[in-house]
Amino acid sequence: MTAVSHVTAAGGLAAVRVPPAVALSFAVIALVIAWSIVPGLFTSFDPVNGVPADKLLGPSAAHWFGTDHLGRDLYTRVVYGTASSVESALIAVSIGVAAGGLIGLLAGFLGGWVDVVLARLVDVLLAIPSFLLAVIIVTALGFDTINVAIATGFSTVAVFARVMRSEVIKIRHATFVEASFLLGGSRWHILSRHVLPNASRSVLTLAVLRFGLSILVIASLAFLGYGDPPPASDWGLLISIGKNYLKWPWLVYAPAFVTIATVLSINRISRWLRQTA
Amino acid sequence: MAPPDSLTEILAPAETLAPLLRVDGLSVFYGSHQVVTDVRFELARGKSLALIGESGSGKSTIVRAVLRLLPGEARCTGCVAFDGQELPGLSERRFRPLRGRAIGFVPQDPGNALNPARTIGAQAIEAAALLDLPDKAGRTALILETFVRVGLDNPRRVYDSYPHQLSGGMLQRVLIGLAVLPRPALLVADEPTSSLDVTLQKRILDLLWRLRRDLDISLLLITHDLAIAAERADSLVVLKDGAVQEAGSPAAVFASPASSHARSLLAAVPALNPDRYAGLRARGPRCIGTDAGVASKIAVSSVTKTFMVDGKALTAVDNVSFTVPAGTTHALVGESGSGKTTMIRLLLGLEQPDTGDISVAGEQIAGRSPGSLRAVWRRLQIVYQNPFTSLDPTWKVEHLVREPLDRFHIGTRRERAERVREALAYVGLGEHLLSRKPVALSGGQRQRVAIARALVLKPDVIVLDEPTSALDVSVQAGIVEVLLSLQAELGLTYVFVSHDLALVRQLADTVCVMHRGRIIEHGTVMDIFDSPRQPYTRSLLDSLPSGAAAVDPLLHRRPEPLGTIRPTPRALTA
Repeated sequence: MTAVSHVTAAGGLAAVRVPPAVALSFAVIALVIAWSIVPGLFTSFDPVNGVPADKLLGPSAAHWFGTDHLGRDLYTRVVYGTASSVESALIAVSIGVAAGGLIGLLAGFLGGWVDVVLARLVDVLLAIPSFLLAVIIVTALGFDTINVAIATGFSTVAVFARVMRSEVIKIRHATFVEASFLLGGSRWHILSRHVLPNASRSVLTLAVLRFGLSILVIASLAFLGYGDPPPASDWGLLISIGKNYLKWPWLVYAPAFVTIATVLSINRISRWLRQTA
Repeated sequence: MAPPDSLTEILAPAETLAPLLRVDGLSVFYGSHQVVTDVRFELARGKSLALIGESGSGKSTIVRAVLRLLPGEARCTGCVAFDGQELPGLSERRFRPLRGRAIGFVPQDPGNALNPARTIGAQAIEAAALLDLPDKAGRTALILETFVRVGLDNPRRVYDSYPHQLSGGMLQRVLIGLAVLPRPALLVADEPTSSLDVTLQKRILDLLWRLRRDLDISLLLITHDLAIAAERADSLVVLKDGAVQEAGSPAAVFASPASSHARSLLAAVPALNPDRYAGLRARGPRCIGTDAGVASKIAVSSVTKTFMVDGKALTAVDNVSFTVPAGTTHALVGESGSGKTTMIRLLLGLEQPDTGDISVAGEQIAGRSPGSLRAVWRRLQIVYQNPFTSLDPTWKVEHLVREPLDRFHIGTRRERAERVREALAYVGLGEHLLSRKPVALSGGQRQRVAIARALVLKPDVIVLDEPTSALDVSVQAGIVEVLLSLQAELGLTYVFVSHDLALVRQLADTVCVMHRGRIIEHGTVMDIFDSPRQPYTRSLLDSLPSGAAAVDPLLHRRPEPLGTIRPTPRALTA
């Protein structure tokens, strides 16, 4: 009772307290999103054409992350590479949520043979290592960042289907669903207004977690050369190029650090969402 | 360990002077929030004390403070002395020998208190390890002996079972057995019967009190049920908001409750006030009696339903017939597993009977498709047992109550909003709650929302599936009042399912007693309660807590003050 009145007294969002680590994570993600939308605001250098005289300079006030072997500012390259790295992760997660969610929803809600068929399909997908699956798909589709995103998304479908199915089954047997049925609700009404909103909570926290993981998978695929070729500057590709210049380690450290910071921030936010949901 | 009985005999005269457990000026804080304020009580050796309060009254927090189980962020001041030792000051190393050995604990929910992946025996051995018995055979023998003592007929089978293979009552016996096994001086029982049936409840309480006498254990009982406490405990402590409202012997508290809280609690307990709502009920259009001339709203005739469980046929409802006249309340009574839930599911058309006819408000229910039943559901609604699961947590109150109107396409937008407000007013909820989600409502408010939702379609019949069993006693009284005044005003017909006979007596006109799927006795409330014919009905009635025997005549002499009967639903103040 007291807890309830406390929340309502404070009212809405004000009652939600954000721990400092989560606030920092949000700041990191906000910066990364800003980089991907308007990279030009954050740097005045050209990401493609370098100044050969300035090649392989160490980090300094002018070049925060140093320069690469062609004299391009590495910070600029990272900022311009954000768009494709983050966008493709977004596409990947969208594919996973949409396809996996639909499969899970149908399997959980309809049950019977539909459930049996879809559940076996998901089992098969889960049996294949997801990175291997992504590599196979991107090889079949052709080397391209969009294809990398599609492949990554496809490899996460099974996970989303699993979670969605178990949530739907749990909610389908909830008392309020039966109540809605007795109150004249059709199957479609129950599915769209009761089952889906309740199930989507845990699917959304999973989606945030998977978003971070997808950034890693996409960076890995780009590192292996499955993405757009240079002069594109995906984070994974930057690390891959940097590894050839071991004497100038910032070429690896800088993009790696940005990737790690982004993924850790997303993970922290996801955990926080799960705790507060 | 020395034989405990001879030991206590020798020491008894000297120790009766000092209380076994003394709590003095105990306060507990969570941060700046004080949940327990200056609580004091004493429990003498071999005596029993009941802490009574509703959820949130701090009774469990006090017990945790005594057992030193408070979470880390809690701060506790004051004195808790056990057997002359200050508990809060003891180091964990010195306290551990007391926990379990000297202070036993019986938890609230037996289903969650045992590890489901291990046998009862394996877990019992842990309790027995607290004793300094050298060999395993001796421990096992002691465990089996204790199981017999707590009334488990086949101790060997229980020893080898997993928790899921035993019923709730058996599990609670096991837990009590494990708690008394090391012969503690103090046994703390935290609502030991709240998840059990009435008949089981009585047996478990009888067991606790017998053990207390036989083994000379002091008993600290936590309960929300005043009637239970009054019947057995040597002294009572009534709590509200973490502060003691009243303390003393049951007779004193019952005869002259000093605090208004204790008075309202006394008035709320159905078992102590069988005729509390007589005035409210008399106002309704009533036609009690078994005259054939009265039109019946519900007619169930020779309905049978059989389920297949593990290849065996289980007859959940066996040749059941009853009729309910319009505007009255019919109660289905029985223990869990007696078929009452299946009966109402048949009544609602959620299950199809194997044989027999069911008609509600002149419409046949049996053998119809869900699509054609929709029309029936407009006039037949249900209020579920647990308002914490029957309301969609993502919806707002306004939306929840409006859902049936939207589904049946009744009226314009404005008319619907008007009817939602009207329904909420009927159940005594203010308009400021319209935009809240269930999380921001108390249990009683949630159940009122559920009733409003059932009411908004203006049905003739409402099925009430234990509508108050998940709620506190005083909240329950408010809900019952709402239900009865609605019946009086709107002429509703209720089918009321319950295992709480005291509540049935307050609420119902006619009763069917169900046992193993059959109706073994039926009649008006007067007939059944005053002259039960079947031994089973009698045993149900006997298990009703009646308050202390000495106090009973007192209560019957005192007429219920009129002020407690409120004929119209009032706005919820809590």
